[in-house]
Amino acid sequence: MVNAYGRIQGTAQVQNLWLQSSSYTGIFATTTAPLDCPVEGCVYGTALNYQGELTKLGPKLHEKPYLAPPNAPILYIKPKNTFIAHETPIPFPEDSDYLEVGAALGVVFKEHVTNVSVEEAWDTILGFTIVNDLCIPHDNIHRPAVKYNARDGYCPVGPWIVDRDDAPNPDQVVIRVYVNDELQQTGHTKQLVRNVRQLISDVSAFLSFNPGDVLLVGTPENRPLIQHGDTVSIEIEGIGKLTNTTVSLKEGVR
Amino acid sequence: MKRARVVVDGAIHEAVKHGEQLQLPSGRIVATKEVQWLPPVVPGTVFALGLNYADHAKELAFQAPEEPLVFLKGPNTFIGHHGKTVRPDEAEHMHYECELAVIIGKQGKNIPRSKAYEYIAGYTIANDYAIRDYLENYYRPNLRVKSRDTCTPIGPYLVDASDIPDPMNLTLKTTVNGTVTQTGTTKDMVFSVPVLIEYLSSFMTLNKNDIILTGTPEGLAKVYEGDHVITEIEGLGQLHNTIISDHLER
Repeated sequence: MVNAYGRIQGTAQVQNLWLQSSSYTGIFATTTAPLDCPVEGCVYGTALNYQGELTKLGPKLHEKPYLAPPNAPILYIKPKNTFIAHETPIPFPEDSDYLEVGAALGVVFKEHVTNVSVEEAWDTILGFTIVNDLCIPHDNIHRPAVKYNARDGYCPVGPWIVDRDDAPNPDQVVIRVYVNDELQQTGHTKQLVRNVRQLISDVSAFLSFNPGDVLLVGTPENRPLIQHGDTVSIEIEGIGKLTNTTVSLKEGVR
Repeated sequence: MKRARVVVDGAIHEAVKHGEQLQLPSGRIVATKEVQWLPPVVPGTVFALGLNYADHAKELAFQAPEEPLVFLKGPNTFIGHHGKTVRPDEAEHMHYECELAVIIGKQGKNIPRSKAYEYIAGYTIANDYAIRDYLENYYRPNLRVKSRDTCTPIGPYLVDASDIPDPMNLTLKTTVNGTVTQTGTTKDMVFSVPVLIEYLSSFMTLNKNDIILTGTPEGLAKVYEGDHVITEIEGLGQLHNTIISDHLER
């Protein structure tokens, strides 16, 4: 059995769950109770943290508007209005034909984290979750993309947080994205520019994390596009599978 | 009404301004020098505007944007009135930015500009420090420039919206060690407060205690360890801040 943390719908607090393959047992619930979004803190995304993304940009990293390859981690914030749970609908935009799927491993912190070394970083981690860092496709990342990546429901998280000690090595996991049950993307965290410990250390040098905050380690290149009505699942070995379906805004989601 | 969150005798209180003093919910009156100031609300999602005053955009050699240039700030960056902001010794280009901060009072989506004021709880002052040494052209202005620990003092008070009849006609002023270095008026914003609320709520839900920092006018100056920086907005008061070095933190 795997030790995890989740929020059973209708209960306020995150509680321990014991995972057995695809089902779980909680303190108050049977294995069928739906789960709410397991995080409430600030979610920080990281751009261009997969080698393949940098390779894809190639010489463009030296051209306008970027002028030079990135030096420090490139971060952005997914605010609270974007959080939704596993198996809840993603509001599909009216002003775009596609949404881009960002398949991210999320690091959840268990304590306040300031200016930690690479060696200390591991001890700050509560566990790992799956995040679908959705955005509307846009040409470049020169300017902050709030209008494209911070809309309501653009950050499905879950189903749960797997305890660090029961999770696989986060720098060696395979990430798969399925659209309508068809495999569309395979990524591997061994391709990270900054591995998990290095990223935590580098970010915490200027930005402190609070307990419950989440740091996304990045999204692999060639992000799949989804359309209205599609069902998207992100599977991370040893963590779980996060599934959501897009619905029209007019169908009355939030 | 001017509302503050303060620490007195080891507890957090929601105080209100009472003459030159503060009144706690118990009725007790305390001198302002007896309290530690916290941000006047616990910030929700915090939006900040780049280049929202035409003169400031020109100063930085940019054209004013055609659409609001919005970025977000994390909860780590906020500190209260009379707080201390950490300046890395290695930095050359650390600048203050005096900004009108709009505090949202209730949840809303697709708010037309004509109804925007109904969603505002009140106003406060933010000093949106930037350390331009760390600017990179990815999601610029990046979080290493704009969402650093201690680099966004905010306060001292949430001033009720009803006490500020026209937020689009307030003077702003910054002094460093007693010398005036920045002056402006909210009249010169490129995108007004109601337009910003309409814009943001057109694609995302705004919630109570979300905050919009509306940008800064012309008048940048570098700040150094030991500087005392006062950002001031007509009707909202003065927000005091002191710059300290990071050498104690290494």
